[in-house]
Amino acid sequence: MKIPFSYIARNLWTRRLTTALTAGGMALVVFVFSAVLMLDAGLKKTLVGTGSFDNVILLRQGVQTEIQSSVSRDQAALVETNPAVARNSKGEAQVSKEIVALIGAPKKGDSKPQNVVVRGLTEIGAGLRPQVKLIEGRWFAPGASEIVVGKSVNSGFENMDLGQTLRFAGRDWRVVGVFDGGSSGFDSEAWGDVEQIGQAFRRFGYSSVIARLVDRGQFDRLKADIDADIRLKLDVKVEPLFYEEQSKALSTFLSILGLALSFIFSIGAIIGAAITMYAAVANRTREIGTLRALGFRRSAILWAFLGESILLSLVGGVVGLLTASFLQLFTVSTLNFTSFSQLSFGFHLTPAIAVQTLCFAAVMGIVGGFLPSVRAARLEIVDSLRAG
Amino acid sequence: MIFQLIIKNIFRARLRSLLTVVGLIVAVVAFGLLRTVVDAWYAGSDAAAPNRLITRNAISLTFTMPTYYKDRVRAVDGVTQISTSNWFGGIYQDPKNFFPQFAVTLPAHFQLYPEYILPAEQMDAMMKDRTGCLIGRVLADQYNLKIGDTIPLKGTIYPGNWEFTVRGIYDGRDEGTVTRQFFFHWDFLNERVKVSQPRAADRAGVFVVSIKDPQSAADMSQKIDAEFRNSTAETLTETEKAFQLGFVAQSEAIVAAIRVVSFVVILIILAVVANTMAMTARERTSEYATLKALGFGPGFVASLILGESLALTLLGGLLGMALTFPVISGFKGSIGAIFPVFRVSQETLIYQFFAVLTVALLAAIVPAIRSARIKIVDGLRHVA
Repeated sequence: MKIPFSYIARNLWTRRLTTALTAGGMALVVFVFSAVLMLDAGLKKTLVGTGSFDNVILLRQGVQTEIQSSVSRDQAALVETNPAVARNSKGEAQVSKEIVALIGAPKKGDSKPQNVVVRGLTEIGAGLRPQVKLIEGRWFAPGASEIVVGKSVNSGFENMDLGQTLRFAGRDWRVVGVFDGGSSGFDSEAWGDVEQIGQAFRRFGYSSVIARLVDRGQFDRLKADIDADIRLKLDVKVEPLFYEEQSKALSTFLSILGLALSFIFSIGAIIGAAITMYAAVANRTREIGTLRALGFRRSAILWAFLGESILLSLVGGVVGLLTASFLQLFTVSTLNFTSFSQLSFGFHLTPAIAVQTLCFAAVMGIVGGFLPSVRAARLEIVDSLRAG
Repeated sequence: MIFQLIIKNIFRARLRSLLTVVGLIVAVVAFGLLRTVVDAWYAGSDAAAPNRLITRNAISLTFTMPTYYKDRVRAVDGVTQISTSNWFGGIYQDPKNFFPQFAVTLPAHFQLYPEYILPAEQMDAMMKDRTGCLIGRVLADQYNLKIGDTIPLKGTIYPGNWEFTVRGIYDGRDEGTVTRQFFFHWDFLNERVKVSQPRAADRAGVFVVSIKDPQSAADMSQKIDAEFRNSTAETLTETEKAFQLGFVAQSEAIVAAIRVVSFVVILIILAVVANTMAMTARERTSEYATLKALGFGPGFVASLILGESLALTLLGGLLGMALTFPVISGFKGSIGAIFPVFRVSQETLIYQFFAVLTVALLAAIVPAIRSARIKIVDGLRHVA
């Protein structure tokens, strides 16, 4: 015979202050736990959205980022002629030869310069990123000192509003447009005409070359061609893989830090649950004796108290998760260690995270409630009826 | 009498008191650990000397300057010493074995940093070996490197395989000195780059400049930058501290998050202690009523609860503060790779102490007021 669920729930309701405090402690732990998972998911989502499986990126051999890379004009031209590269209706190769540089720009309300990516490209380059849409103003005109900025740069940095001018690399650049990068890494970049950016930064070659493939299956062929050509000392990678590598260091750092914290904090919450449950057992010793005398088995008592503890932790879990879900309204801008530039990304709640979080809460409840429940189940009928 | 009562009360529910104290220890240690992580972030700026300036390309750190700038900066009145410093960014065996590597002007660089203690004969040996390198004590201990060992690095910014011989191991003057760095001859770097990438040769990453009068830092910075206004590479000069803080600011969001989270752990433990006190007070409602019936005032009852909360919390808190030291040194061993300087600061201890006091007071407030206000009749009837 099982002890009814309403008995468990009512016990929690009777001791509201204790329940609220214990569940509150758990909610805080769950909040930290889910916030970290959401941040990591947000970072991954941003970087996955940045790359496309149809595109490949070519960098100088051995470098990890576009900033470190250099690709000469001859090398870029050789890539353009490869048959694996797609062409548009006008017969132009779908290849974007880009220059990527970092500039220091002050964040809003702060005078310290932060690294912002400036990317020089052409119309073809913008076309290779269909997720990028202009939302204000117009695109930069070829040959002009004009830039368009990503949504996060526009909202997060000084002097990045439409019509404003900012000075870098010895020139004044006018912001003529704002684009939405579809929550990709491009939101944290400023784009301009590749020839103008190249002249201003005195770069003769390019940083990277992005190419659209005829179809995904052509990747191996392109890679073989490039490896075989001794003039092309380049590494070729599918875009999503490249961007995943870009986020690896930051993502590892965030998850290790967050999970270590959640683990340490959970000790506090588990102790809270244990204290509450021990008290519940002590206060209800006579009740337990009565239940046993009525014929409920030890296992029923064990489950009733363990159930109470799990229910308690789930209340905390749900509250913590709900609070954490509001974090989705915020974005975080921080240094990506690998690319050495600011990257902004949001918190992203996925069903998997919700399940993981609630399981985490339930485990805290089980660990905290186990010993008290065992104590309750092991009470002798006679002793407990005599108690208190 | 009140103290006896408090102590007796604590030992009545032994298991609960023990659990509460353990929870407090964990929370206080975690709080101390987080504050130390935040402090470690600022280690570079704390170690900065007021008379050192950093001159770099105004666009951003990833842009270089022509090396002839060095002589022009040196000629500015008030400059006493200058070293070129290029970030090398090589990989030692595996990318995760990260440590900072700089190509610098020797021995000028070590004159600029008197906190790096290097025996004179080791510097002599270094000056005689173009492919030599100098490493810090922490780095040497971490990879078990000795003088005469070879360190292979795979270049990323400067491609190719590079090999260096350890010619000296420097110590820090005090605990705050960063000794997890690797230095080698700038001339050697430039020589090889001239062959492999002629366009990248004769370029300086930053200049470390020392000035006669620290008071004139702002003035000197402007003077240096004025030298190169409207040139192909305009410069930005700032104090070493400002330069280092600029780095920290780049990951400000993470530092801020760690700060917030360090207070979350205090909230969690507050909930635990508050719960303990609430339960204690509820169980003893009839006792408090008895005390009142015997003629003790509400103030006495309230101070019983407050005293118990303080005693319990301080016990856990002080133990936690004491345990912070061994835990931090344990962590230093395992994650020394990320933070070059990792030690408990005085502020951390003060913060810990005040956090513990606040928890004790906040946790006791509600039960104390409730118990002080309870009517004798209701209290005596109360069933826990």
